Amino acid sequence: MTKVKSLADLKAMREKFQSNLDVREKGDIQDEIVQVKVAMATCGIASGAKQLMEYMMEKAEALKIRAVFTQTDCMGHCQLEPTIEVKVPGRDPLVFGHVDNKKADEIFEKYIVNNEMVEGVIPVNREVIDK
Amino acid sequence: MHVLVCGGTGCKASQSHEIVENLKSALVENGLQDEVQVITTGCFGFCEKGPIVKMMPDNTFYTQVKPEDARTIVEEHIIKGRKVTNLLYTDPETNEHVSDSKHMGFYKKQVRIALRNCGFIDPENIEEFISRDGYAALGKCLTELKPEDVIQEIKLSGLRGRGGGGFPTGLKWEIASKNHADQKYVVCNADEGDPGAFMDRSIMEGDPHTIVEAMAICGYAIGATKGLVYIRAEYPLAIERLQIAIKQAREYGLLGTNILGSGFDFDIELRYGAGAFVCGEETALIHSMEGKRGEPTFKPPFPAVSGYLGKPTNVNNVETFANIPVIINRGADWFNKIGTEKSKGTKVFALAGQINNVGLIEVPMGITLREVIYEIGGGIKDGKEFKAVQTGGPSGGCLTTKHLDTPIDYDNLIAAGSMMGSGGMVVMDETSCMVSIAKFYLEFTCEESCGKCSPCRIGNKRLCEMLTKISKGNGTMEDLYELRNLAAVIKDTALCGLGQTSPNPVLSTLDNFWDEYVEHVVDKKCRAGVCKSLMRYEIDQSKCVGCTACARNCPVNAIKGEKKMPHTIDTEVCIKCGACIERCKFGAISIK
Repeated sequence: MTKVKSLADLKAMREKFQSNLDVREKGDIQDEIVQVKVAMATCGIASGAKQLMEYMMEKAEALKIRAVFTQTDCMGHCQLEPTIEVKVPGRDPLVFGHVDNKKADEIFEKYIVNNEMVEGVIPVNREVIDK
Repeated sequence: MHVLVCGGTGCKASQSHEIVENLKSALVENGLQDEVQVITTGCFGFCEKGPIVKMMPDNTFYTQVKPEDARTIVEEHIIKGRKVTNLLYTDPETNEHVSDSKHMGFYKKQVRIALRNCGFIDPENIEEFISRDGYAALGKCLTELKPEDVIQEIKLSGLRGRGGGGFPTGLKWEIASKNHADQKYVVCNADEGDPGAFMDRSIMEGDPHTIVEAMAICGYAIGATKGLVYIRAEYPLAIERLQIAIKQAREYGLLGTNILGSGFDFDIELRYGAGAFVCGEETALIHSMEGKRGEPTFKPPFPAVSGYLGKPTNVNNVETFANIPVIINRGADWFNKIGTEKSKGTKVFALAGQINNVGLIEVPMGITLREVIYEIGGGIKDGKEFKAVQTGGPSGGCLTTKHLDTPIDYDNLIAAGSMMGSGGMVVMDETSCMVSIAKFYLEFTCEESCGKCSPCRIGNKRLCEMLTKISKGNGTMEDLYELRNLAAVIKDTALCGLGQTSPNPVLSTLDNFWDEYVEHVVDKKCRAGVCKSLMRYEIDQSKCVGCTACARNCPVNAIKGEKKMPHTIDTEVCIKCGACIERCKFGAISIK
């Protein structure tokens, strides 16, 4: 057991433990940060949604974007898997199809950071996946 | 992914422990134990719909989860990403499922300061507390602030004692700091005794380190090195979690000698109370800790001058302490923008009684009763009519419909004939009889009176006898006037806070429900149908078919009648137990 001997120790400890709570803290403020939902039904998983999600998590960290990733049920576009829904605060949610690592880079770098439109948006007839 | 499961006393009683076990084993079966963490937290506050399971980061809020639902949550929500709709909260107005707690009426208006970590962190894990800025306020005080700066900050924040009295906390600390002695003490009053109140218990169960940190800050500010928590033995879970917190803090060097290299020493011990209401009064509490009888003594001398073992002692309530670290971290200016002019910050209330959302809430001072009862509380159970809300426990009073739009703060509640108290809020509907309510609280004070001074010991007994007489139908108008006189005398002459406030339930019900009292003594009627002696059971001769079900089940044979002929009740013999009403399939028996 390391003792906390100074304020600097305490701060270092706080940094160290913070990542443990990151998931919860993001959940608490999810409306204020980027939300990415990954369709992860059989079709999504078969098309590589799991690997994609992991890749995007690393990407977000590398770009220092605070984002919360959640998996969701089949979005109904099985032929376009993997599909993801991206909700940036203040913008309407968008659903992208055929997302691979390259497309994910584009979405993060162009759409999320610069609000530039990116190819591959699936027009949806509903506003959000679930209320 | 994190799964938070409520481990407060309420949810624990509804098997939340089994839910945790089942979740963990279902995760292991699916090989997900490394990806998904299951965390037992403190109270979420929404006790009405407990046990609560919250999924993070998607913030899905599952209610009334049973141990057997754990597997479904793992298989559906975690593996397939589908929400388990039948466990979601259903909005009573729109009848729609609400998955995110932020969109629930119960949470919308709440501002959580004292409860900031309850239902968010694992109370038995100091690391989680530290990563939520835990002990940062203590660190700031010890390294950047002088004791007088700390006191100044608390004074500026406008924080007032949350135990009920509302005494300015900063001032209390200042008085204690100015009394010099070789030893001073910091005491945390965790002797929560109001019927229906569980704010302090939930804070200690959900965020015990906050209390440890705040007591150390107080110790630094007033120059004390010893802290004592006076907690009732009826709170075993809170005791256990506090003990764990103290042990962890010692291991991390956050309690003990030379904390954070500052040269400041502080340690905390627990003292157990046997659950006497009067021991919430600070002088009685101190005597109880000294091993003496839990009896109050006259103030002055105040504990700040001569308290525990005759040394200067600062006593604060649990919830007061829970606000301290936030004030230090975020500054007095941030804190004193919340609330009303004279009551700053927030207050935790325990909602109980005939209300849809029973639970624990934290709201900014100045919110109205209407918002609390109808928006957060979800209105009255079974669509009944609101009648009164009792605040302040046995020392408080009943507020009625005319007070619904009064902003809640210390001064407004006193002006309305009640008081803030520690934060119990018992909501009553039309089926509550106000005479019986006053009697209930008087019986409580009679039992809890320590007996030291006669106004409280004898006066309350007489009040209680008069109320019993009225509820039995033997009261007269003179009794009503005498009630008021005697109540005023007790208020003026009793020794301590318990006695001085004990007549409040009588006075406030007399003020607000005079008609109901008059009905009891003049018309010999109890409109709520609570006072048994004033009730009469009657069989509607046109509805009774003579099935004899009532007669066979009457324990005192008060019902007579031939088979297949309408029966009658002998009201002289009837003990009004209600067994006949339950048995009658034809709705022929009614209470008049």
